[in-house]
This record gives sequence, C-alpha cells and structure tokens, in this order.
Amino acid sequence: MMSEIFSVAFITGLIGATLRMSTPIILATLGEIITERSGVLNLGIEGTMLFGAALGFLTTLATGNLWLGVFVAALGGIALSLLMAVLAVYLGLSQHVSGLGITLFASGLAMFIYRLVVGSPIVPPVITPFTPVAIPLLSRIPILGGSFFTQYSLTYITWALIPLVSIFLFKTRAGLRVRTIGQNPFAADTVGVNVNLTRTLSLAAGGAFFGVAGAFLTLAHQNMFLIDVIGGRGWIAIAMTIFGNWNPLMGAVGALIFGFLDAFQLRMQTLGVDLPFHIFLMIPYLITILALISVSRKATVPAGLLKPYRREDKGG
Amino acid sequence: MEVSVLEKQAVIEMRGVTKRFVDVIANDKVDLKLYAKEVVGLLGENGAGKTTLMNVLFGYYNLDGGKLLINEKEVTFNSPKDAINNGIAMIHQHFTLVQTQTVLENAMIGMEGSFFLDKKKAKEKLLKIEKQFGLNLNPDALVWTLSIGEQQKLEILKALYRGAKILIMDEPTAVLAPTETVELFETLRTLVDSGHSIIFISHHLQEVMDICDRVIVLRNGIRVAERTVADTTIPELASLMVGRELLERLEKGESSIGEPVLEARNLKARNNRGIVAVDNLSFILREGEVLGVAGVSGNGQTELSEMLFGQVKPEEGEIFISGVEVPGGNPSEIIKTGMARIPEDRIATGLFMDLSVKENMILESHVSEPISKNGLINMKEIRDFAQNCIENFSVKTDGMDVPVKTLSGGNLQKVILARELVGKPKVVVACQPTRGLDVGAMEYVHQAMLDQKTEGAGVLLISDDLDEIFLLSDRIIVMYEGKIMGEVSSEEADRDKIGLWMSGVTS
Amino acid sequence: MISMSIVKRKPLPGWVLLIIPVAAVFVTLLITSIPIIIAGGNVFKAYGALFYGALGSKFNLLETFVKASPLVLTGLAVAFAFRAKFWNIGAEGQLFAGAIAATWVGVYFTWLPSFLVLPLMILFGFFAGGLWATIPAFLKTKLKVDDVVTTLLLNYVIFHIMGALLFGPMQMPGSSWPRSASIMEAGFYPVLIARSRFHLGIIISLVAIAVIWYINKKTVFGYQSRGVGINIEAAKFGGINTGMVILKTAIISGGLAGLAGVGEIAAIHHNLMMDVSTGYGYTGIVIAMLGNLHPVGVALAAFFFSVVSVGAQTMSRVAGIPIYITGIIEGVSLMTMLVFILLTEYKIRWTKS
Repeated sequence: MMSEIFSVAFITGLIGATLRMSTPIILATLGEIITERSGVLNLGIEGTMLFGAALGFLTTLATGNLWLGVFVAALGGIALSLLMAVLAVYLGLSQHVSGLGITLFASGLAMFIYRLVVGSPIVPPVITPFTPVAIPLLSRIPILGGSFFTQYSLTYITWALIPLVSIFLFKTRAGLRVRTIGQNPFAADTVGVNVNLTRTLSLAAGGAFFGVAGAFLTLAHQNMFLIDVIGGRGWIAIAMTIFGNWNPLMGAVGALIFGFLDAFQLRMQTLGVDLPFHIFLMIPYLITILALISVSRKATVPAGLLKPYRREDKGG
Repeated sequence: MEVSVLEKQAVIEMRGVTKRFVDVIANDKVDLKLYAKEVVGLLGENGAGKTTLMNVLFGYYNLDGGKLLINEKEVTFNSPKDAINNGIAMIHQHFTLVQTQTVLENAMIGMEGSFFLDKKKAKEKLLKIEKQFGLNLNPDALVWTLSIGEQQKLEILKALYRGAKILIMDEPTAVLAPTETVELFETLRTLVDSGHSIIFISHHLQEVMDICDRVIVLRNGIRVAERTVADTTIPELASLMVGRELLERLEKGESSIGEPVLEARNLKARNNRGIVAVDNLSFILREGEVLGVAGVSGNGQTELSEMLFGQVKPEEGEIFISGVEVPGGNPSEIIKTGMARIPEDRIATGLFMDLSVKENMILESHVSEPISKNGLINMKEIRDFAQNCIENFSVKTDGMDVPVKTLSGGNLQKVILARELVGKPKVVVACQPTRGLDVGAMEYVHQAMLDQKTEGAGVLLISDDLDEIFLLSDRIIVMYEGKIMGEVSSEEADRDKIGLWMSGVTS
Repeated sequence: MISMSIVKRKPLPGWVLLIIPVAAVFVTLLITSIPIIIAGGNVFKAYGALFYGALGSKFNLLETFVKASPLVLTGLAVAFAFRAKFWNIGAEGQLFAGAIAATWVGVYFTWLPSFLVLPLMILFGFFAGGLWATIPAFLKTKLKVDDVVTTLLLNYVIFHIMGALLFGPMQMPGSSWPRSASIMEAGFYPVLIARSRFHLGIIISLVAIAVIWYINKKTVFGYQSRGVGINIEAAKFGGINTGMVILKTAIISGGLAGLAGVGEIAAIHHNLMMDVSTGYGYTGIVIAMLGNLHPVGVALAAFFFSVVSVGAQTMSRVAGIPIYITGIIEGVSLMTMLVFILLTEYKIRWTKS
C-alpha cells in the first residue's frame, strides 16, 4: 500500500483532486474575506452556496448553457446577500442570527425550487458538466503539468481571483474603504464614506462568490444536485477566513490544505484501507479545528466585525 | 467700507437650529455665526448640546428645524460628505482613526482619487501639508504606535488634507498634557493666520479665554449668551455656563488621618499593547484622607485602577488592604475586603445595561447572604436591598425593575455609588468618578467622596480633572508614564508645578 | 433620493409586545403564500391543510406534540447558551452525542436491572451532550477560538464519529447498513396516551422548560449566566468566574440537546442511524431566537414549528406543495420576528433629500 501512495499516478492524481476540491472553498473564503473585511460576518454562506448550486444546476438543466448557470448562481448569491444587507446592515440586526436565518431560508428555498422544477423522479436529472481544460504547453510539463494545468475553467478563474482580491483590498480606493469600514465605521462615515452602502456592496460581492462556489459543485464537481451537496463547505470557508487572518492569500492556502485533506481521504478510501471511511471524512474537520487553535492567539479580527452601524447612536 | 462688509461675511451661520432625540431636545433654536480667521469658543457643561450642535453642522445629524448657511447661501447637509465638500471638518473627542492602518491611509481615506491608490502622490501631498503647518508625522507609521498627541496631529492633518477651511474641535485638550496643549494652541494660531476658522468646544474656561476670540455659551440646548473674550471674565462665563455660581458648596467635614488602609508596593503592569503602563509604583492611603492621583489620562491610571480592582494581575508588586496582602487579578478577593470600587467606565465595566436597577445593585453581593443562600436568590432581600440603596442615594428611576439603561448618566453613577458605598467601606477607589457628568451629579459625587472620608474611609481619587483633584484631595500624587512624578500636600500644591509634573518635567 | 435611518422610539405598551408573535406569524404566512402560489397551490386550501394536518384531530395534535418534544429541547439548549453569549451552533452534534450514549446503554447494558435502563440512558445522554459542548466552551474561554465555527465544525466531527461507530463496533450484527441493533424494550419511553405516540419524553421536555425558567429566574448561576451574556467585562469586575459560568452553561446547553437525542432513540427510532435527527439542532437555533431566548417563548416557537412541520406533510399531499416549504416558512418567520422585535424598540424613518 505504501508503494501505491508514493506512486507518480497517485501523487499527480492527488494534486489534481486537491485543486479541484479546494476550488469552491477558496471561492467561498475569498467572498467571506471581502464581507468580513467590511465588518459583516455572513453566516448565510452555507445556504447561499446551496442556493447557488440549485439555481446554477437548474439553469443549465433548462438551457444546456453552463456559463449561464454560473451567472444565474452569482445573481442568486447577490440577491440573498442583499437580503442579508437589509437585515444586518440597514436594520442592524444581529449578524449571527440574520446569517443563520438566511442559511435556513435559502436552503429551504433551494430545495423547494428544485422539487418544483424537477418533481420527484426516481433517477435525479443530470447535466453535462464542465470538462477540464488543458492549457497548451503548460499541461505538457512532465509529471506535474497534467495535474496543475488540466483543470476546470472555474478553477483557473479562482486562482486568478486570489491575487485580484488581494489587489482590490490593499491597492484600490474601494478596498481601502472596505477595510476602514470594517475597522472603524465611524471614521469612515466622518470622511464621507457611505458605510451601509459599502457594506452592502461587499456583501453582494461575497454573495456572488458564494453562489458560484455552490454552482461549481453541481456544474463541475458533480453533474447533479443533491441536498447535501455543500456538506459544510461554507462553514469551512468561515474557518479558513479566520485561519487566513482575513488575508486572501493565507485564506486560500488554508482552503488548499482542506482540499488536500479532502482529496486524500477520498483516495485512502478507494485504496481500501481497513478503517471506517467516516474516520477519513472526519480528519479535514479535525485539522481545521486544530488550525484555528494554532492561530487563535494572533488573530486580528476586524475591529468593527459584528457591530451594526447606526448614526443616531451617538458615535462619539 | 466695502472691505469691512466683505470681512463681516459669515463663513458659517446656523440660524435657529433645533435637534431632537427621542424625548430630549438637544438643541433648541440655536444661532451661531463664524467669521473668517476667527476662533469661536463653544462653551457649556456636559450635556449642554455642544457636540450635538456641531454634529449637525458636520452633517452627521439631520436638523429638525432651522437653517444652515455657508458664505450666506443656504445649504442642506445629509452626510459628513456634504460638510467636507463645503470645507468643514470636525475633529471628534474620540479620534476617528483606524489603528491598524498607516498615517497616510488614514489621511487619504475618502480622498483617494483614482480607482487604484496612488500612495506616492498622496504622500507628497501629505508631506507638503505637514511642512506648511509644522505637523510632522511619519506617513508610514501605524496609528497604534503614535502617542495621543500625535494622533491628534493626524486628525488635524486629515482635515487639512481634505482642504478644510473650517475646523470644529471637540474638547481637543481633554486628552493632552499641559505642554501638548500649548503646542496645539500654536498650531491653531498658525491655522488661523493662514485663513482657517475654528470652532473650539470646551468647558475649560481658561483655555477658552486663551485661544478664542468670541465665546458662545450653551445651557440645556439653548444658546444663553455670546461674548467677545475681551469683554468677559472667567467668573462671568462660569455663571453663564451653569446658570448659577459655579463654586460647589461642599461640606468638608472633619476627619482625622489614621492607619494605612490601602498600600501599593512596587506595582507594575502592561497595557493591552504590551507596553509597561505602570512602573514600580508605590503609595500608601490612610484612614480619613483623600489621596488624589493626578495626571493626563493614558499615563497608567486605568491600569493602576484595574490592578486595585482585581481585574488585572500585577506583573510585579503587592497590594495590601488594612495591612493584609490580597492576591492580585481576582476581583472576588478584592470584593471580600469590602473595597468600594468605582470604575473608570461605568457602562463598559460597571453595569449590566440590559438588566434591571435591582439586578445591578447586587452585582457584588449576589453570592453572599442574605441576597442568596445555597445558590438560590432571595428576591425579597434583593428588593429590600435595592430599595434601601435607591432611597439612601436618591437614585432617580421609575422603580427598581426597569432596565438600568433607562437612567441618566448621573443616576447610573449613583447606582454604582449606592452599590459600593452602602456597606460602609474602609477603602474607596474611584477612577474618573465624574467623567461625563453634569454639574449637579458631579457635586453629588464629590460630596459622597468627602462623606466617606469624614466617616473614616480612605479615598483614592484617580482623576484627570485637576480642579476635582484640588477640590477634594488632602494629598496629591502625579502620575506620568506609569511612574509617580511627585507628591505634595494640598496646602502646598501649586498648579504650575503639578502641570509640569503632568508633562513629565521634574523641577 | 430617499434615505433611511433607524431611531429609538418611546417604549410601547405591554399589550403590543404580547401580540407581536401573533402578528409575526401572520406576516410570515402572508409572505410564504408567494411560493405556494408560484407552486400552483391554493393558499387557503394549503394553509387549511397545514393547520388541519397539525391540529385537526386528536391524533394529529398528539403527533404535533411528539414532533415538538425534540424541538423544545434543542431550542432551550440554544437559548440557554445564547443568553450567556456562548454561540452554540452545535446542538445538532450534541444531539448526536446524546443519541450515541443512549443507544450504547440501551443496546449493551443488558446486565442492568430493567428499571435502571431508561434513567441511565437519560443520564448518559445528558452528560454526553454536555461534555461534547464543553469542548468548544473550553476552546473559547481558554484559547479564544471562535465558538461559532468550532461548534459548527464539531457537528461534522461527531457525525462522522457516529458513522464510524455504525459501520464499526455499534453496527447491528449481520447488517450492511449503518445502523445499530435495537435498544432493549426497557429503554423505550413509555407511551402515555393509548393509540398515539405521546410519550414520556414530551413530559421531560415540559419539565425542562420549567427547570430552565427556574434556573434563569431563581438561582445565582442564572443571574451570573445572564450577566456574562450581557456584559462579560462587568461580570468579571463583579467577581464572577466567567470561564466557569460559560463551562457550566455549555454543559446544561449540550445536555438539553443530548436529551433530544435520547428522545429520538427512546421514543421514535429505537435504534441509532445516520438520520437520527432531521436538523433538530439547527432548527433549535431558530426556535431559540423566535422565542426571544425565553423558555416559554421557546416552547411556543417549538410548537409553532412543529405545527408547520407536521402540517406541511398534509399540505404537501393535499395541495401538492413540496415539503421543503417548511424551511422557507421557518426562515421567513425568523426574519419577520427579528424585524418585529426591532420595531418594538426602534422606528424606521425615511427622509427625502
């Protein structure tokens, strides 16, 4: 068995799977980082991803167009985030509760719409999913090229988004505003930055990421919609946001580690290791908790996180 | 002739401005004019409506009545953005800085220009302004590494960076040492010389006389007077401000100084940034005296009180109460000694704002008989106890069952006083006990402190209000950067010397 | 442009506060009639079926109580934790822990005198849930790890532990499915009303409501727990050992969720399987919020959710609405209630500019 683990095929397969498995988590983590940087914890993430997964799948099922599915999933994510913005930003309700409410509502809505459209057939309907795209030349690099550069388009886009989100947050006007609002909304307000609008836009951006992350699971990773398709990946993204200290690059690294563990456990199962496969399924979650413990002391939470901003509260 | 008319054009005029909150009128038909190159003082005690009025001018609050004119043209402000566009900037009492970002980022926020941040260009602009007004700060320094005085400079820089011609400064000297105040006033004069106008909010009469050209006095949200500084005196302003003689009529009862009741030996503590905040500090407090701890806030007073209250464990040193050493960092051990603890921030550490008045009264006694027994709470005892507290300390409340957050600031402090003093303590430690209170409540707190002393308790009064320190103390020590700069009895104390100690100058 | 601001309002009279839950339910049903119409259903027929299905006959009503029992327990579990600002999103996992422990006693403790089987199942179930909840509480107080995330992640951990047990040592001999053997009959909750499933666990849930109310109202610990939730700094200042309070809160909270797990084993399934809970732990969060974290409010909210959940099956059958409408109703009711509670303290002001 050890020889199998160290075989080239095993390792390249593992790398390829790691990149695939981590794609939705990276996307969701990037979205949550933008949102939390503006001072809003969006626990609606899990439900929003399921909603995106359902909308994306159903759109593609109806039209046969995968990219249209991705687009509609993003729109769905934005819509739910705007609902979150009404509750948690404009009305200033508890972010914890609003987010959980969104998750509950969105999950119900996703499954409701799915049933409404497809009914209850014995065999669930399937679509023709995205196929991996080999990048010319790079994919021919011996050994590793194939696994790194034969991925889904959405995976390539996700890689590109990691530096783009970093640049957005740290090098642009809007990014500075988002960060300032997340740290000290009063300071932003007094220099004429619209706190609630900026938070709403951050939520919307995050929501689009969540929606697409969900759609990746039904349009690329699998070819059908299952009720437990998200399987806690949204919560993992919340954990990775903390693990990455609200930094896109570090958050993505965390998501990659989770993706690796997820891919690894799948492979160990198929190798027929004599342990209940649930033990392997548990490992990624356990390691995530350990990772959180390791960074908890030096976490620098955005100072304005969880705090609604109301002007009539005398700010100072 | 024409020139003087032009000069007399008000850069700002507030006409009959009214601002209401739920059931209070914060500003009632207030008029205010500001001319070019002028410093106007806005004077009034806490709660008079100064900050609210300025927040209206700054576009932070919408007005509920009246008009706003800039250069004699009527304007409507919906947000600070509109005020900024009209050249108005406000420097709040609590700075509006992002601690984790750089000086430059704080200055440029809201004025970034293009989609991508052009930090090079912004830095050039900032350095130019720094040079012009003599406000030197490293643009790349992170804000949390700056001293309070430097943070205030950054606030002024922020205003100038946006091209503000009118600066509203809300109690800017409250956080400064006397020497820093002198420096601030120099900056303000430079600003006025270069064409800026300033509204200076304060309740320190001497400062108003020093820096302002004109003074407008607010009381209970109403504009009660306007004077040019040349034509008024401190006593006149004082009586205008409070509506009666300012002098408190305190009864300084007799007391005799006795045994040590509280002793601090070589205390050391760090603040939450890991910097030494209290350094090898010792003092002895005796029965029947008030020991005043003076100093500009932020010089270790908070950390000292937290050690005495048991909230923070001293890194080094010991605390003795009535000659017995008490373990550090354990509030319940301190509570057992019967020390009365009046915390600096009554809302953040002193009270459960969402719980009822009676539930706040029992915070320290809820584990002891008769309030509770065998883990069960005795509601009748609680009611009796709370009733007793409310009556003895004349707390104004709609009964003991309403949430404590419905009480005014002065009555919140009375809830704490009642809870702490009802058990006839031997030691009273009060940290900034009158911060944010109006004159009536302040007088009440002062009298309570003196009564405790008369009854034989030792009172440690930590305060950044020098008037308060002089009014109450028998002995004064001055803290600077966590150390005691000097000690003096109140008869021998003189303000200039203490002012120097507060600035870290020994002579 | 019109801008919105939220301003404090004068306190409302008491009767307004009493009708708020009713109004919130009404508005919820109004909003959720939209998906019903979209699904081609007749709103009146659908809601008629919903309420008939849940309340229309003695049997239906008793079924609604059966469904409410675990919801009351998880709702109380979450409410008790949230009051102390221990963000326990892990009631689902604590329920699993309780179910595993109860099954273990019920299947393997065959040497016990039969009258002890059920009490021991309850005891083990309570403490299994409680202990599982101490992990995030400990991580929160000692290591400052965010409790929302750890409680969520631990749900998955215990779910997979349960999976490993059901494919391993606890698997029913001869079965290839992840399910345990049946528990002893001595471990069944007795049925209290003939020809129904109205069982002892429902009484336990009612007792739990009273006990939590009593703890909140009459004990030093209840006072401390609330104090910690409202202002942890003031609680520390007042000499309260906040870490210990959070730990005890976690044990009680997790224990209540564990009892919900015991109920599912002892009254409903009689053996352990992967879908022992249909998201009761998560629904409990909504119930806790809907009940404004008050035990009586939790009881009412749990009953309402039970009505929706039981009635939705009839509604689905009669009006052809997908059963997942329940999730929508639950989510919308939570949001509506939140907004209504907000409106008791604040009013929304629109200003034109």
